Amino acid sequence: DEVVTVDLPATSFEGYELEVPELSFRTTKNTLLQMYKDMIIIRRMEMASDALYKAKKIRGFCHLSVGQEAIAVGIENAINKKDTVITSYRCHGFTYMRGSPVKAVLGELMGRRCGVSYGKGGSMHMYTTGFYGGNGIVGAQVPLGAGLAFAHKYRNEDNASFILYGDGAANQGQVFEAFNMAKLWNLPAIFSCENNKYGMGTSASRSSALTDYYKRGQYIPGLKVNGMDVLACYQASKFAKDWAISGNGPLVLEYETYRYGGHSMSDPGTTYRTREEIQHMRSRNDPIAGLKHHLLELGIATEEEIKSYDKAARTYVDEQVELADASPAPEAKMSILFEDVYVPGSEVPELRGRISDDTWSFEKNDFSNKFLTPSSWIKSNGNLALAEGKPKMEFKKLPDFLAWSRSKSARNLATLCSNSSGILV
Amino acid sequence: IQVTVRDAINNALAEELDRDEEVFIMGEEVAQYNGAYKITRGLLDRFGEKRIIDTPITEMGFTGLATGAALAGLKPVVEFMTFNFAMQSIDHIINSAAKTYYMSGGIQPCNITFRGPNGAAAGVGAQHSQDYSAWYGSIPGLKVVSPYSSEDHRGLIKASIRDPNPVVFLENELLYGESFELSPEAQHPDFTVPFGKAKIELEGNDITLVSHSRNLTFCLQAAKQLKEEYGLTAEVINLRSIKPLDVPAIVKSVMKTNHLVTVEAGFPAFGVGSEIVAQVMESEAFDHLDAPVERVTGAEVPTPYAKELEDFAFPDQPTIMRALKKVLSL
Repeated sequence: DEVVTVDLPATSFEGYELEVPELSFRTTKNTLLQMYKDMIIIRRMEMASDALYKAKKIRGFCHLSVGQEAIAVGIENAINKKDTVITSYRCHGFTYMRGSPVKAVLGELMGRRCGVSYGKGGSMHMYTTGFYGGNGIVGAQVPLGAGLAFAHKYRNEDNASFILYGDGAANQGQVFEAFNMAKLWNLPAIFSCENNKYGMGTSASRSSALTDYYKRGQYIPGLKVNGMDVLACYQASKFAKDWAISGNGPLVLEYETYRYGGHSMSDPGTTYRTREEIQHMRSRNDPIAGLKHHLLELGIATEEEIKSYDKAARTYVDEQVELADASPAPEAKMSILFEDVYVPGSEVPELRGRISDDTWSFEKNDFSNKFLTPSSWIKSNGNLALAEGKPKMEFKKLPDFLAWSRSKSARNLATLCSNSSGILV
Repeated sequence: IQVTVRDAINNALAEELDRDEEVFIMGEEVAQYNGAYKITRGLLDRFGEKRIIDTPITEMGFTGLATGAALAGLKPVVEFMTFNFAMQSIDHIINSAAKTYYMSGGIQPCNITFRGPNGAAAGVGAQHSQDYSAWYGSIPGLKVVSPYSSEDHRGLIKASIRDPNPVVFLENELLYGESFELSPEAQHPDFTVPFGKAKIELEGNDITLVSHSRNLTFCLQAAKQLKEEYGLTAEVINLRSIKPLDVPAIVKSVMKTNHLVTVEAGFPAFGVGSEIVAQVMESEAFDHLDAPVERVTGAEVPTPYAKELEDFAFPDQPTIMRALKKVLSL
């Protein structure tokens, strides 16, 4: 595998209380090629999700990261599997990069048993080794991620936590609470703002009094990164990890990026920004086109080869779509509905379904059947009494039984029944 | 031996910290100040600042941070100075801690204990006097306990820390200084109290009194008065656990006594008592009731400051007596 030197443009970084990373770095041809392949798979996967959503195979919320692929790919190439990553609901690319097959991501989106979260999480809640979601509450992942960094430090691990959040989330109070503790306790926390310019439909300048998100750590050094260039993302992420594990504490990164699509599937993304703006970003700043340019320039791949990679990615994702789509949904049964509420072996005794008869017992791994209705009671106990040849009481109609059951004698009888062999006397 | 609730929790925490390196305590004033209510007294000296961690007064942030540490496999014990402040954190307790195991399809457990005083203290006004049992008790994925005696606190805090799920451990400030007998069995380092098992504090035949935490004191007083004045015996059930709720124990008792009164300090609507009544209605105990169930609760009002009004807003022995007499037609 041949080593190549990459020279980033001077515009790649801007530092805040920080010397920016080296613009020139060495990597290998295969690494660059793999970055390309990963970015096109993420894009294909997101486009497949878009189609599946429109075909009504994906329900609810679905947030795509088309245009933002360089960040997930750049970070993953800079870290190892023992580092930790946590992000917001725009999580499909990260889930893939952390090691989940495309089938598992799409399976989750379609609510299938083969999904990364077995169909229990959906678009916003995906988890895999070293990846802690997929979080649906804007900003909540930031203190959670600081907790992941806390755990690295607690265990004396040489690892860092990459905590992604959007420009919208950057205004959440808990983000600043997390900054404060991370700095106080010198945690290896890389606060990574994916500034895609819009929190839903509100532009950064309409929501944030300071749009230089890399400066918002105040007492934490910051680094702005061209988030549309995977090589800049890689170099910045590598720098950040080295920074954190060298005991320098937290860092605030701002990956300046752009989302081509709307905020979610229900948003055409055109009411709060112009088509020209989107077109401009797509044609001038696309991360995949940018890396393709490097591959050609460095002689790593020819146009023909790149076309074959694109085709291979498309074929692969199409296959994964088919496999995921062919996979069954979770069966609508109690043992599956109630599984994973508590860790197995430590469940509460029972969980209630929609009516009391649907109460599920973990001990029995079956319905609790905790209370027989009067009619089922008379069926079982009455018949038993008849079978025993001691029919002291007979009820032809349920109302007669109900009237009787409210009397003292019925109570005594029921007590006898439950206390002894179930014989009516 | 007689042990205060405060010492029971303190000793149990120390033993769990000794037992498991992954257990740590985090919260406001837990370390150098020795705990706002001295529950963590001496722990910093013994375990050091790596494991006993003072936080800034930022409940949402440190609750999220501790929950993240739990997702990474550590076993945090988060102290809230009171559960009133945990309203700032409730998103993390519910959305981040309680739901993640389910949302991940069983990939991502979260072993964390949230503890601190809950309910009304004395004379601290509305914002510092609320009982959250019903709030947390309604959430699948959480376990919620509300202990009464020193044995309860000791056994349940150990069970909470060792449980792989998120647990909300609701204490009561007014119980911290109370002393209870601790049996030799309960003094064992591995003594735990199981979740979801109520304790019959007093056996009786004529009416069932169900309560939790500090109100057990008033229930036991009322039971004594009932016996002295009317010769009737009340069965007093200490729930210990709010979720899971020991419905079988309540049902069994009601089938014996045919009468039920619930006692709690929470607001009446959608409360622990409401849930007990609903569960009894859905159980075989329904046919055994000789009178409608009565709930004794906190009054439906923000907690007033003046002592005369505050006393008027929470259960006490005379109020419980009124309920007992009503249900028993005395």
